[in-house]
Amino acid sequence: MTSGRVRLRLNGRSTEAEAGVTVAAALANAGMAGCRISASGEVRAPLCAMGVCWECRVTVDGEPHVRACMTVVREGMEVETLAAPRASRRTPDDAVGNVEPISCDVAVVGGGPAGVAAACRAAESGARVVLLDEGPAPGGQIYRRRSGEAAPEAFASWLDRLNRSGASVVRGAAVYDAFASTAPPGGWRLSARADERVLALAAARVVLATGARERFLPFPGWTLPGVMGAAGAQALWKSGARLAGRVAVVAGTGPLLLAAAASLAKAGARLELVAEQARVRSLVLLAARLGASSPARLVEAAGYRASFIETPYLPGWWVAEARGRGTLEAVVLTDGERVVEVPCDLAAVGYGLVPNLELPVLLGCETRRGAAVVTGDQASSVPGIFCAGETCGVAGVEVAMAEGEIAGAAAAQAWRAGDTNFRRLVRVRDAGRRLALAMDRAFALRPELRGAASGDAIVCRCEDASFPAVARCAGAREAKLATRAGMGPCQGRVCGPALEFLFGWDSDTVRPPVQPATLGALAAADDAVAANGRKTSEESA
Amino acid sequence: MPHPDLIVVGAGIVGAACAAEASAAGLSVEVLDSGFAGGGTTAAAMGHVVVMDDSEAQLALTALSRRLWTELASELPASCEDERTGTLWIAADEDEIELVRRKAAVHRARGIAVEELDAAALRDAEPMLREGLAGALRVPDDRVVYPPNAARWLLERAEARGAVRREREPVAAIGDRRVETASGTRHAGAVVNAAGAAAAALTPGLPVAPRKGHLVITDRYPGFCRHQLVELGYLKSAHGRSSESVAFNLQPRRTGQMLLGSSREFVGLDARINRPLRARMIGRALQYAPAIARLSAIRTWVGFRPATPDNLPLVGRWETVPGLWIAAGHEGLGVTTALGTARLLVDALLGRTSEIDPSPYSPMRAFAPGGHW
Repeated sequence: MTSGRVRLRLNGRSTEAEAGVTVAAALANAGMAGCRISASGEVRAPLCAMGVCWECRVTVDGEPHVRACMTVVREGMEVETLAAPRASRRTPDDAVGNVEPISCDVAVVGGGPAGVAAACRAAESGARVVLLDEGPAPGGQIYRRRSGEAAPEAFASWLDRLNRSGASVVRGAAVYDAFASTAPPGGWRLSARADERVLALAAARVVLATGARERFLPFPGWTLPGVMGAAGAQALWKSGARLAGRVAVVAGTGPLLLAAAASLAKAGARLELVAEQARVRSLVLLAARLGASSPARLVEAAGYRASFIETPYLPGWWVAEARGRGTLEAVVLTDGERVVEVPCDLAAVGYGLVPNLELPVLLGCETRRGAAVVTGDQASSVPGIFCAGETCGVAGVEVAMAEGEIAGAAAAQAWRAGDTNFRRLVRVRDAGRRLALAMDRAFALRPELRGAASGDAIVCRCEDASFPAVARCAGAREAKLATRAGMGPCQGRVCGPALEFLFGWDSDTVRPPVQPATLGALAAADDAVAANGRKTSEESA
Repeated sequence: MPHPDLIVVGAGIVGAACAAEASAAGLSVEVLDSGFAGGGTTAAAMGHVVVMDDSEAQLALTALSRRLWTELASELPASCEDERTGTLWIAADEDEIELVRRKAAVHRARGIAVEELDAAALRDAEPMLREGLAGALRVPDDRVVYPPNAARWLLERAEARGAVRREREPVAAIGDRRVETASGTRHAGAVVNAAGAAAAALTPGLPVAPRKGHLVITDRYPGFCRHQLVELGYLKSAHGRSSESVAFNLQPRRTGQMLLGSSREFVGLDARINRPLRARMIGRALQYAPAIARLSAIRTWVGFRPATPDNLPLVGRWETVPGLWIAAGHEGLGVTTALGTARLLVDALLGRTSEIDPSPYSPMRAFAPGGHW
């Protein structure tokens, strides 16, 4: 399937793309740098490449505001970039769509490692399980690949296990609402959109394995096409973009920088340097800690480093500015004293990961320091809701899988703490969580990074709210009302963590829909809720 | 420090307008708000500046206020997103065409420009509406503003004339020419309660109750629709006393976004989204504009309209407390009537004669003989 090619039209010109790649990758491969025109008239291109930032919106088959990074190319597809978003040409009769009611014992949200592990374990324990995954195939960001491409070896056995488990998987399902059912016997309702379908899911218990997204910090020029996330550049490559020959700089912080740099090197990009904002001293301390407790992680890091050994790795440096006329031409790096300008056409800049907490918060789960709070069996503060993996704090794939299995067993009411196998999972999780805390300390963001955002950098890329405009406000909600920061389709997922770092502002409240959803979908799914309530009251009457 | 002439409690659109008007008249003004300017009901408002004709008094106040907004238009900064969109009052069937005629006559009698559209003219004006609608009344001079920034700008105008703004300063009580705050008692020549949905908590006996509404905003679709669209049945919803009601009300924002309302319910200050009611609200809109079904909704919020029993605001002296004035109870028309309210209030404070009869809005009307509350 991946070997085939499809024909599509890009801005009216017929062109070919490899089957299975995303529209974002196809655009990059066709040499088209821009996707959309921003609120203030700038050309924008993918930033996160994983469905979070909405910068890559294009018009697909007449439908505006389609995320290029989440859409796989199809034969005959028509893609328009940089177009004014006209409302869909399609007749409205097919718009609302029928609500597809699904019921199950355990709903798992998220098809990354934690979600897959949870779905496997819950289904193996006898529960009826539905896994809702927004991606085109389970695997999350770490095992992201072209549609139809075989999973990497490390994950293939999990996919086999998932297939055998009896869990049903809904691909491309964006969960935009979740709430407690008011009708007996209670439980939970999830609303999701998958292509044209509206799914109304009823579940007795829910596992939230919503993963994490990249943290971005604004700096002047970061909206230029060519500036991406570090995980973002990796994701774009994994979804089929050719990066061979691109001149790249990787910057930001965290272990992900090494993985991203290794990916770019493997993709054939010319890697100029990797700038890690953490100081050498922090890294040395972390290495000592890893050497003592988790030598495998050091070996992994060394393996990544070996793949770009010719490229300088500079601790204590960060991006101060991106420069270019219309598209990226150079980045300016600094260590606070010295300044260097490095010509490049790809800057992969990410400041670590932050958990996706919209659904846990919407459901009322307690969070602390930006992560869901859970007990030993991954139960959240809300009975019947379990959280696993990065949702509970960023800790990597091994922890995610252990927590997924624990949460899946617990949600299927098959968790027995003393069981030998479960004891192994708990050990993996607890050791991994301790290590994650050490990582957080080592890669803590330096206060000097706040300076990089000043000047007139755009803070909210959806609404083009600038740093000076936002800085005049006294809090996130005031900034939102006065400058629109956080009011666009990404719903503050990009600027929220940045504002938290820059000003110490908490994000505003979470309200449904927690992802954009059509008005038709909102009307249909909410109507199903109302109908369900009516039916129940009639039955009980 | 000398006491100000006037303390305005509440920096929403109404309080901000009162502060701007009073300081323009030469009064020294202090504005207190428990949060920040425009952060309460104003933040949740649609910002439709509209002439409404449910009663003679409502018509007089909305017409005056719209004229004042129009006079300000050239001064409003871009952040206020002022736009003369006009309103289309949509008639679904021939019965409602009769309402169009009546409404047109009422407006014309006041000198307000209107245009009667038949079915074909309506489709020309807004091609995205469904076929088969009977017609509409076009009120071309109605406008749209972005309420939180309009409130902020009015307050800045007041500050430019010496007014003092104190945000994050909750008022615990209003007394005889004074207010009690966490930082102590503040005295003034007069106090205006413009605390919106919280007004009744500060002035016991004030007949204001929060009436919750939902709004949904979409992504940007420039040119999708040009006028603010309201069904003629809107007044039934707005002024009916039923516990829950919805009406079709769609607004094109300057950003190209579509803002969809409206719903009404009395449920106290419960800020949760009422999903079935939101579905009814969208369902109502789909009956007029099925093409909106495909628009991508990016946010929903709720707000609390300060509602009064007779749908008219409370503007004037509160006679049981010396020095206390009221500018509250504007229900869903606070943005429209803020400027007219401020004019009436300051006229009364200074003993000037107003250009419209202020008596229908007197907060004491409840206690007058024949007061029907």
